[in-house]
Amino acid sequence: MAKKEYAFYPGCSSQLKASASNYLVSTNSICKSLDIKLTEIPDWNCCGASVGYCEGGELPRIAINARNFAQAETHLPGQDIVATCAACWLSARESKERLDGSAQLLKETNEALAAAGLHYNGGANVRHMVEVLIEDFGYDGLKAPMKKSLEGLKIAGYVGCQTNRPFGIDGESFENPMYLDKMVETLGGEALSKYEQKVTCCGGALAFSEPEKSQKQIRDIVESAYDHGAEMIVTPCPLCQANVEVYQSEINKKQGTKFNMPVVYYSQLMTVAYGGSAKDAALDGQLIKAEKLEKIAGK
Amino acid sequence: MTTANQMAVERYRNNFLKEVEANVEEGHMVKMCMQCGVCAGSCPLGPHWTHSPQKIFMMIRAGKRDEVLGSDSMFMCTSCYNCMVRCPRQLPITHIMHGLANYAHRLGLAPKGQPTRDFATLFWNNAIKKGRVNELMLTLRHYFRNGLVSGIKEALGMQSVGLGLFMAKRLNPMEIFGGHGVKDLKGFHAIIAKAKEIEDRKKGFTA
Repeated sequence: MAKKEYAFYPGCSSQLKASASNYLVSTNSICKSLDIKLTEIPDWNCCGASVGYCEGGELPRIAINARNFAQAETHLPGQDIVATCAACWLSARESKERLDGSAQLLKETNEALAAAGLHYNGGANVRHMVEVLIEDFGYDGLKAPMKKSLEGLKIAGYVGCQTNRPFGIDGESFENPMYLDKMVETLGGEALSKYEQKVTCCGGALAFSEPEKSQKQIRDIVESAYDHGAEMIVTPCPLCQANVEVYQSEINKKQGTKFNMPVVYYSQLMTVAYGGSAKDAALDGQLIKAEKLEKIAGK
Repeated sequence: MTTANQMAVERYRNNFLKEVEANVEEGHMVKMCMQCGVCAGSCPLGPHWTHSPQKIFMMIRAGKRDEVLGSDSMFMCTSCYNCMVRCPRQLPITHIMHGLANYAHRLGLAPKGQPTRDFATLFWNNAIKKGRVNELMLTLRHYFRNGLVSGIKEALGMQSVGLGLFMAKRLNPMEIFGGHGVKDLKGFHAIIAKAKEIEDRKKGFTA
C-alpha cells in the first residue's frame, strides 16, 4: 500500500498532449519516488477556470465543481482532493468554501446535481499538490528520496498569483511567500533572495485576449530573473508556466529583447533531484530547453 | 434594451445598490468599501481600465447604473486576487468584479467587442461543450474571431509557437475532431442547465 493516497484532479491542461502535460508526467515521477498514490476522480470535469465567470455565472460554476466533489466522495471516500493546477485548486476550493458557508447554496447546488443523479454531502477537502508536499511530507521528507543535488543552479522562484492568493499556503505571506525558494534550497539549488517579480501576475487568460498588456507583465517577470542572475524560472502554476515560457519569443520579436529563459515546474526540479531522467521530468516538453537541468539529469 | 434589463430598471428604480446586492455575486459586500484605494493601487492592469474597483463601488452607491454596467473595467480583471488579499475591509473584490461582469454581460450592457468578454464567453462554451477544455479549438476560434483573413494572419504570426508546443507534445492537432471530454456528458449538461435555470430565475434573467 502506498504511503499516502489522494483523489487526483489533474485538470484540462494536464491531460495527455495538453499544454501542461509535462507537469503531469513529472508529477507522476515524484509521486513514485515519494510513494504517493494518485487516483483520478472518475469522469472529472473542467472547473470553469478564472474566466468562466462571464458566461458561466455563479451557480453553474459552483455546480460543476460540486460534481467533481460528489464523484470523489462516492468513489474515493475519505481521500483529500488534490489539484496540480492553480486555477483548478482555486475554483474548487472557492466553491467548497462557498458551499460550506451557505445552506441555501448547497441546497440549490444539490438540486442541480440531482439532474444527473448525484449528491454532494459537503465532505470535500480540496488541496494543492504543493500543500500536500509541504504539509504531509515536510521539507525534510522531500529531501529523503534525493539522489542528486541541484547545486550550482540559480533559480528564480516565480510563485505568481493563484497558488498564493487568495488562499495561499498556510503560514506564508501574500507579498513574499517563501515556500518555493525553500523547495529549491531543499533540492540543493540556489534561490534568488531578491526577486521582486515573485508574485506578479502574468496576465492569466488575458495573455490571449489582451496580449500587449499581458506581455508587459511577462517581460517584467523574465527581466527581473535575468537581472538577479537566474538560470531558470520555476513555478507551481500551469498558466504561469505557459505564459512566461511561450510568449518570450513574441516579446523578442516585438521589443528586440533576447529572452531565452527556461521556465520549469517544481515537479521537474524534484524529478531530476530524485534521480529521474530528462524524460521522467518531461524536459522534452519545454519550448525553451532547460539545458542545465538536462545536464544534471544526464549525469 | 433587453427585457431582463427593462424589468430590472423598473423593479429597482433609482436604487442601483439594492439591485447589485440582490443580483450580483457577493454584491452584498459592496457597501463595506471605505474608499481607501488600496485596490486601485494593487491592480496589475491599473494603467488600462477606465474605473478602479474603488470608483466602481462608489459609482454603485451613487446610482450610476449605465456607467458601471457599461464599464470595461471588470473585464480587465486577470483574477490575480491582489486587490482582494490587500483590502483592509476584506471585500471579495475579485468576485464582485466577476459578478458585475457577468451581470452586465447577461443584461447585454457590457461593452460590445470587449476582447476579454468575447474570449471568456468562448472559453466557457468550449469547456462545457465536452466538459473539458479543447485547447486547440479554443485557440483556433480565438484567432479566427474576426473572420478568415485576420485569423490566418494571426495564426501564422503564432505559427512557430504552435509548432513548438506540438513538438513538445503540448498541443494535439487531433483535438480538431473533438478531443477530451467527460463520459456522462448528458448528466454534465443537465447539471448546468438546472443550475442556470435556478440562477436565471433568482437574478431575473428570465423574462
